[in-house]
Amino acid sequence: MFDIDKWQEILATIKKNKMRTFLTGFSVAWGIFMLMILLGSGNGLSNGVAANFMNDAVNAMWIWTGETKIPYQGMKTGRPIQFHNEDQEIVQKVAGVGVSSGRYFMGNTRYSYNKESGDYTTITCHPELKDVENLILEEGRFINKIDILQNRKVVVLGADIKKALFKDSTALGEYVNVNNVPFKVIGISTEPGSTRNRNAYMPVSTAQMIFMGSNRLHNLALTIDAKTLDESRAIEEQIRNVLAKKHKFDPADESAVGLYNKLENYIQTMKIFQAIKIFIWIIGIGTLIAGIVGVSNIMLIVVKERTKEIGIRKAIGASPSSVIGLILLESIMITTIAGYIGLVLGTGLMEMINYFMVQSAGPTPDPQGTIFMNPTVDFNIAVSATLLLIVAGAIAGYIPAKRAASIKPIVALRDE
Amino acid sequence: MIRLNNIHKSYEMGSNSLHVLKGIDLNIEQGDFVSIMGSSGSGKSTLLNILGMLDNYDKGTYHLSGNLIANMSEKKAAKYRNDMVGFVFQSFNLISFKNAMENVALPLYYKGVPRKKRNLIAMEYLEKLGLKEWANHMPSEMSGGQKQRVAIARALISQPKIILADEPTGALDTATSYEVMEILKDINAAGITVIIVTHEHDIAAMTRQIIRLKDGRIHEIIRNGELKQFQKNYMKELETA
Ligand SMILES: Nc1ncnc2c1ncn2[C@@H]1O[C@H](COP(=O)(O)OP(=O)(O)OP(=O)(O)O)[C@@H](O)[C@H]1O
Ligand SMILES: [Mg+2]
Repeated sequence: MFDIDKWQEILATIKKNKMRTFLTGFSVAWGIFMLMILLGSGNGLSNGVAANFMNDAVNAMWIWTGETKIPYQGMKTGRPIQFHNEDQEIVQKVAGVGVSSGRYFMGNTRYSYNKESGDYTTITCHPELKDVENLILEEGRFINKIDILQNRKVVVLGADIKKALFKDSTALGEYVNVNNVPFKVIGISTEPGSTRNRNAYMPVSTAQMIFMGSNRLHNLALTIDAKTLDESRAIEEQIRNVLAKKHKFDPADESAVGLYNKLENYIQTMKIFQAIKIFIWIIGIGTLIAGIVGVSNIMLIVVKERTKEIGIRKAIGASPSSVIGLILLESIMITTIAGYIGLVLGTGLMEMINYFMVQSAGPTPDPQGTIFMNPTVDFNIAVSATLLLIVAGAIAGYIPAKRAASIKPIVALRDE
Repeated sequence: MIRLNNIHKSYEMGSNSLHVLKGIDLNIEQGDFVSIMGSSGSGKSTLLNILGMLDNYDKGTYHLSGNLIANMSEKKAAKYRNDMVGFVFQSFNLISFKNAMENVALPLYYKGVPRKKRNLIAMEYLEKLGLKEWANHMPSEMSGGQKQRVAIARALISQPKIILADEPTGALDTATSYEVMEILKDINAAGITVIIVTHEHDIAAMTRQIIRLKDGRIHEIIRNGELKQFQKNYMKELETA
């Protein structure tokens, strides 16, 4: 197999038939090229969408309130539901819930510092909101437990607010007036995948004491621990039941309490991508098989063209196995080399597209702006594709090689 | 060294079969120089194919150097051919994309001789046949006589016991034919058995034994005294021509 003479024999025949070899190889190269482009694009799409999901924790869940639509235990429909601090506590106790935070929105809160001022949304929350929404702290820290317990007057400003009020000077440790109450700035935050960072965060306990005088909440944000769709749905149902019991509404009443389960969405989307990937592989393998059939056909013609030559070789002492080896190796060599060229060109093109995408995206890539990200093919896939090619070459060469082996040496004596 | 006993051969073509060799008995000794003659379709090539182990026979026995040649695997037949026989064909049968030296060296490739060594040996044989300068030429750049000499060099390189030639001069003009016959004579003088198939009486007259086939049987074998007469007839014919 690795005898140099054999390779020289094959190289010599390939060199003498450049055009034919090129055409044979082209179909295979094209097949692999397309497979790589398809796989790369599939990966790009899947990576892009997955990155968008990462803007919040993948397993995030939001729960909000509404009015009942189904009569329950003699109570009329249209009854509004209101969350309070206890709701966060009872939801936290449900098995499978990771971290949770209550939220109360204060729209158009006036923030001022020296002469600068502006109206922004204030989100009052628990420390855990940071993990649910994957908030990024540019400076300082997020709200912590002690802030909540001691009702500290602290605030985390969105990067845009900080920019508007403080310009380039430091904000950390300074006091801003929030509706004329001074709050200490403890952190500057940004939201992943967002270009607008105009929210401020403050401890829910402080806000309830100073601005609202009640323990009401607008909604709950939490994470859940589930591996599968079924697990995630079970937790969702559990939460709904607990809340239904507390607020006395029908657990099936979707408008009493609204619920968005991101994990469910994520798992479903990933399933779709799995299906797309399988589809791409099927198309890719199909193209490759077309290539193999092409090679096999051309090799059959080659064998037919070389019938006399093979007869001569046999007459002067070539064994059947050496003839089989000759055809098989030629087929494997053409497929592998051509396939490799297709592989390199295909992955190269995808790498190039990736390079230019990263370039044009600038230093801070904006994942929300693109659903196409890192469209490259796994190195392992490239390696297994190469192995696949060698096998493909052997399969393509098998029938022609057998045909060649069955050629009788007397054909050498016959005149055309 | 060659012992044929009641050899039969038929070609099957669909439902009917063509009985070509109908019982051939023949002994050829080491160092003989034999020509096979007969009309077209009389089975000359068929007989030569069987002698060269290129084809099977249906009935009878064929012993080569004491070994029974029958029911051999392709692999074993290839080995025997490689060791025992050198073929020379009417249409030369050189491999078109190999130069003269590579063509001559090919049988040694199948014997497993390393490239450098076999090319060196090939050059020796080309030199013997006066083709040293043509070693790097492709078959398409050579004349018929040159091609046939390359083919003879290829047949000789594996040092066979027998050279089998099916109409080796069939595609050559008279002068070139005689050159080729001189070479075959020299080969025979070195002790190698040479068997040729030919249509031409003058070519046959240069051998030392003539076998005439007719209807699948040996019609006559001309040797010794009769051969002298045969040679006189045809050589004379040549002179008067
Ligand atoms: N492979 C084959 N299949 C069927 N018939 C064949 C085959 N080879 C030869 N024949 C037939 O067998 C007969 C003898 O053929 P062969 O080639 O031995 O004749 P030949 O004496 O060499 O003739 P020529 O002088 O024309 O070369 C012919 O009638 C030929 O048609
Ligand atoms: Mg013939």
